[in-house]
Amino acid sequence: MAVPKLQQLANSVVQGPSLATGAIPTRDWMDIPVAFKAGNYAYPAKKEKVEYLNSQSGLSFPNAREWSPEDEDWKLPAGWQDIILRGLKERLEKFRSLKIFMDCCVRCGACADKCHFFLGTGDPKNMPVLRAELLRSVYRNDFTLAGKILGRMAGAREMTVGVLKEWFMYSYQCTECRRCSVFCPYGIDTAEVTMMIRELLHLVGVGINWILEPVSNSNRTGNHMGLQPHTFKNNVEFLVDDVENLTGVRPNVSFNRKGAEVLFITPSADVFAEPGLYTAMGYLILFEAIGLDYTWSTYASEGGNFGLFTSNETMKKLNAKMYAEAKRLGVKYIIGGECGHMWRVVHQYMDTMNGPADFLEVPKSPITGTVFSNAASTKMVHISEFTADLIKHGKLKLDKSRNSHLKATFHDSCNPARAMGLMDEPRYILDHVVDWVEMPENTIREQTFCCGSGTGLNTDEIMELRMRSGLPRANAVKYVHDKHGVNMLSCVCAIDRATLTSLMNYWNPDVGVCGISELVGNALVLEGETRGELDEGLRTLL
Amino acid sequence: MKYAFSFLAVIALILIAWLGSQIPGMPYLFGVALPYLAMIIFLGGCVYKVVQWAKSPVPFPIQTTCGQGKSLDFIKHNRLEAPSTNGEVVARMFLEVVTFRSLFRNTKSEIHEGPYITYESSKWLWCFALIFHYSFFSIVVRHLRLFLDPVPAWIGWWEFVDGLFEVGAPTWYISDVGLVVGCLLLFSRRLITRHVRYISLANDYFPLVLIFAVAVTGILMRFFLRTDIDIVNIKQLTVGLVTLSPVIGAKIGSIFFIHVFLVCVLIAYFPFSKLMHFAGVFLSPTRNLRNDSRAVRHINPWNPKILPHSYAGYEDEFREFMVNADIPVEKELTPSKDE
Repeated sequence: MAVPKLQQLANSVVQGPSLATGAIPTRDWMDIPVAFKAGNYAYPAKKEKVEYLNSQSGLSFPNAREWSPEDEDWKLPAGWQDIILRGLKERLEKFRSLKIFMDCCVRCGACADKCHFFLGTGDPKNMPVLRAELLRSVYRNDFTLAGKILGRMAGAREMTVGVLKEWFMYSYQCTECRRCSVFCPYGIDTAEVTMMIRELLHLVGVGINWILEPVSNSNRTGNHMGLQPHTFKNNVEFLVDDVENLTGVRPNVSFNRKGAEVLFITPSADVFAEPGLYTAMGYLILFEAIGLDYTWSTYASEGGNFGLFTSNETMKKLNAKMYAEAKRLGVKYIIGGECGHMWRVVHQYMDTMNGPADFLEVPKSPITGTVFSNAASTKMVHISEFTADLIKHGKLKLDKSRNSHLKATFHDSCNPARAMGLMDEPRYILDHVVDWVEMPENTIREQTFCCGSGTGLNTDEIMELRMRSGLPRANAVKYVHDKHGVNMLSCVCAIDRATLTSLMNYWNPDVGVCGISELVGNALVLEGETRGELDEGLRTLL
Repeated sequence: MKYAFSFLAVIALILIAWLGSQIPGMPYLFGVALPYLAMIIFLGGCVYKVVQWAKSPVPFPIQTTCGQGKSLDFIKHNRLEAPSTNGEVVARMFLEVVTFRSLFRNTKSEIHEGPYITYESSKWLWCFALIFHYSFFSIVVRHLRLFLDPVPAWIGWWEFVDGLFEVGAPTWYISDVGLVVGCLLLFSRRLITRHVRYISLANDYFPLVLIFAVAVTGILMRFFLRTDIDIVNIKQLTVGLVTLSPVIGAKIGSIFFIHVFLVCVLIAYFPFSKLMHFAGVFLSPTRNLRNDSRAVRHINPWNPKILPHSYAGYEDEFREFMVNADIPVEKELTPSKDE
């Protein structure tokens, strides 16, 4: 799908028929049906992927088939309405959040212009409140007295194919970034609503391939990219070679090694493609510098978890590998690499789903002796927490001037910021390794804007949508680029490293994207290194 | 249309009470039976709703962190926005409920040529909401005078503060004006702000119009339509309601019955409407949970038993590749037959 030229899209965002810029639709939103056309939807999941997942214990992915959102007939199973309504009832009984969020909204509209999808598309149904109303209207119709009596007058409507199609459209135009939940006076979290809608859609076989293929890869090979063990090892060893070429020091690595002190898990994207590769090189250099006794795993070779974007059962199944592997290898604790949604899963779900990890020890830095009591139960430490602690104790020899080719800014990834509270650790690291500035205050920390392509929406067929929804982030970067000459957007998220790169190439072609650990790797002075002048740090081509 | 319906509904309710209370014997319906019925629906409905909510567990700790979480000693923890102890959660919830802290954060974004998106602080909604809710609260507190005998001294002090400006006779209360103005502001906002207008339902306009009518009838009764409004007589009825021995002594003016009827409708409507946000806010999992989910295990009562794709299964599929790549394995390759 061709993406419009920059100027076209720029004009369209400002002047197009958009509620965000002043155009008021004349028809009630319930009367506007969705229209699928190439470019506005992500491709549906391939039949064989759905079949594979459905065959796995603990998972249910019925109704595998060939279908297209553009078709009139989505080949839904017989009695699909019942399936959806029973699914909704079950979820209302399982999740207090869903009940509260269905009942408490007063439609004050505070969330409306907080959503990057709304700002970029101007589509009223991308206002978080209306996205939730898509589900709430059905909830009212079948589960509330007022809705049963007053029907549409009370904002209720029946579950129809049209509604289902609307759910599909708009639950995949939400990245579960939770920015709206910061502003909601009742803390209503659209991520919860989107997660529920996506779970309901899977009950009738409606899902997208960009999520379910990585999920099935991760289940089978251990990572989203589908890297088999030898390939995974090869990829890391290529990076070891690169580090050796650049610095003269060959980092020591091991795979699936029993008895290591630490298991290190990062998103597989970090060993798969630029610019994540440089972040992975940063990890290698850091661990080499401190002589950490650690191992990679090919079985648990994925930090990320696209199950989070699918269903709680899928999330649990994929996540369970981390503890299973930590137990098998007999490590003391786990360090996790830079990744956004991975850390939402680790911080808010892992221990509950797959704990207690009583076979592990409370993480303690072997270098500084710091006990990470904030991870006392999950026994998993974020690489930024680990690194910041090393810097604080003066255990790293850092030469900031090695990043003098960069003027950086920092993008808070949605999940570490709003589902974890990891904000100042990366900033502390940045202070010590690079010259950097903050973006405007309404676009950082808990108010940070999503890259626009999270929750498995980083697929190319919806590129225009991604460039629109990423606009608020890109715009804030442009501001510091114009004002301070920023040329590097740093972040602690693997999806960001991929998606922000596309976003910058489109809106701000002079700005690159990197992980924090890449900047650490650039600045870190290794013992015995023979590093020459590297004009572009770890990215220098020799 | 949706707001017009709300006005029509409230006008109909007023007519019902006005005409109805004229019929001999009916004052008992409007003054005694309906208030009891409404109160039963209100209390029963609220308890039912809260119990219904509470029956569903909170399977996962889904707190929204709006500031730095507790981590390393030298990283400053934002105790209000990412609370890690129960005390900090209470403080967060207190500020949320009492000062509408999340609304205080509100910004307004605008898209300009370029494109440039700007965000500026927008406190109007926060301000309107404070005026409305605090006026409503103060009025409820002041009305306790009608139900308590003797009247506790603190209600007198409350009234003194509420009537501090001493304008008019009898004194106008700040909260009376506040509630009327609050309703008007919130209603106008629904009509004028384009995206709010687009999302507003009849369920959003109706309570505002109803509360507005309650406020106006109350004000009319206090200041303007004083015929047959004998406070001693009314208090005899209201105290009687509380002590379960209600009597309607002398004749009471229609405006009183209209006011009471609208209040009855409001509280009976309450448990079935969005007005339950007053209770729901306390139960919202994104706000009322500690952000300590890595330090203390949160329990999911329905945690399903789901095992990962096993390591053994993984190694069985890839053993040959693993052995060839010098990756340690649990079971060595079995030599094939012809070797």
